[in-house]
Amino acid sequence: MPDSVVVPIVDELDIVRARQEGRQLAKETGFGPVDLARVATAISELARNIYNYARPGEIELAQITRGPRSGLQVIARDQGPGIRSIEEAMRDGYTTSGGLGAGLPGTRRLVDEFEIESSEGRGTCVTIRKWLR
Amino acid sequence: MIQKIPVLKIGNALIASIQIELNDESAVQFKEDILNQIKATGATGVVIDLTAVDTVDSFLGKIIRDAALMARLMGASVVVTGIQPAVAITLVELGLELEDVVTALNLEKGLARLADLTGGV
Ligand SMILES: Nc1ncnc2c1ncn2[C@@H]1O[C@H](COP(=O)(O)OP(=O)(O)OP(=O)(O)O)[C@@H](O)[C@H]1O
Ligand SMILES: [Mg+2]
Repeated sequence: MPDSVVVPIVDELDIVRARQEGRQLAKETGFGPVDLARVATAISELARNIYNYARPGEIELAQITRGPRSGLQVIARDQGPGIRSIEEAMRDGYTTSGGLGAGLPGTRRLVDEFEIESSEGRGTCVTIRKWLR
Repeated sequence: MIQKIPVLKIGNALIASIQIELNDESAVQFKEDILNQIKATGATGVVIDLTAVDTVDSFLGKIIRDAALMARLMGASVVVTGIQPAVAITLVELGLELEDVVTALNLEKGLARLADLTGGV
């Protein structure tokens, strides 16, 4: 994978750091303002989930290509407690922390591809991709 | 690290324009500052201007909504202004429509709206 940037998520300011790095890389990739906001917001949600539920973890950002398309990939991974029911966690309004429960389902709507893997006690990995149009 | 957002008073209104990228702790502090300033100044309305804000995630969205609801409990109105097109789009896609929050296109219209809500500022 060419040119990937890894932002460790340890303290709360790393959430801002991750979304700023992501916005910058997305800008270099050629995304317009609406997609930049989508990407930055998605990264913010994933980074905050790591910070809240599973820190430390990391956000890996990379420019990607598939055939003629180019885009941005974000991998959020941690070795935290994992998510017991992904189905529940992906439901709008589901939260174990008094949040809005908007993070995961909202992030899925903001991006083109969304994959989540999690196992209890082992950690969580969310991969999202946004393609240039 | 907490960054402070300046809160200005004009007439009976407070104006807070978010010009920096807020981390979570600073956002929480901002909400508390606004409520404390309402109490300290007796302001009847607050404009929160988001013209310079290019990302609003679920956390900041919740802070803004909570600030508006809490201010209302205290007897003050909040108008949120200057939401950028990209921010409006991401908020709705996130599922955060901020239905309970009064908004206006820009600061000027926000102050006019506040004057309507509070019977003159
Ligand atoms: N990386 C993670 N590790 C462990 N649990 C997680 C992780 N990410 C999410 N979860 C679980 O999934 C739930 C739903 O996450 P989601 O981001 O959708 O909502 P939230 O974080 O509770 O609220 P919001 O994001 O709206 O502030 C969380 O409450 C938490 O229980
Ligand atoms: Mg979340």
